Amino acid sequence: MSEAAVMHVSAEPAETPLTPESWGKLGMWLFLAGDAMSFGGLIVGYGLLRHASANWPVPSAVLGINLTAFMTFLLIVSSVTMVQALSAIKRGDMPGFKKFLWLTILGGAGFLGLQAYEWTHLIGHTLPEAGFSFSTHLFATTFFVLTGFHGMHVTGGVIYNSCVLAACSRGRYGAKHVEIAGLYWHFVDLVWILIFTFVYLI
Amino acid sequence: MATTHAEPNYMGVFWWLLALTIIEIAVIYMPIAKLIIVILLVGLALTKATLVALYFMHLKFERATLGWIAVTPLLLCLFLILMLSPDIHP
Repeated sequence: MSEAAVMHVSAEPAETPLTPESWGKLGMWLFLAGDAMSFGGLIVGYGLLRHASANWPVPSAVLGINLTAFMTFLLIVSSVTMVQALSAIKRGDMPGFKKFLWLTILGGAGFLGLQAYEWTHLIGHTLPEAGFSFSTHLFATTFFVLTGFHGMHVTGGVIYNSCVLAACSRGRYGAKHVEIAGLYWHFVDLVWILIFTFVYLI
Repeated sequence: MATTHAEPNYMGVFWWLLALTIIEIAVIYMPIAKLIIVILLVGLALTKATLVALYFMHLKFERATLGWIAVTPLLLCLFLILMLSPDIHP
């Protein structure tokens, strides 16, 4: 092998000026900025339709906020376990890393289970009885599109985190990949914080 | 791959997020004008979102340009509100 070829193998490809650690991190940030625009469009659409409507329900009265407040708590906790997982793998503490990433995955799965429970009750009883079901009021449409879009992101995050856990266990992924998966997971948490406020509390 | 910044106090951020969530829930039961409640809630929610972005997503320790990329969606939201509001007749 010529010296030039060796140089080529060992040298890093051109470094990104924004995230010197990895190109993947920049890629994830750009994806999240675009994804935030989708959520932003849905949330703004929700707000404007609500503002234009003469008989919009008081969400906290119709939806109930106790369960959702607990779901918010669950996602925030799973964000904390995600940063603990990253911090553990950076220290080289693999058992700690696996424990915390497992807890993160369980938190996400628990959130999805509670959301499924909430939806079942809303669709079956609460919304039809309050007169705000799918076919009668835009409230149901905007609510299910917004929380459903977020729920799909949580589903994606649970699958993503599971794949990262498997790949790290086999030594194919490292701290760099966990950090990028963490960015996605924290973003999902951040969006839920906004949805909880704009859709449930206001 | 090695990060140069010290690890932020993650548990501190967690307690802040928890406290602000409890304040948010308390705010909606307060006997004050609806407009003030909405302003408080939006402020609290944006504060929580900023905490998550700055500390959990490490935006505080990244290059400033990455921060500008992160806030572009807010500009789009502002644009949408300004462009669509004239069509809304409550």
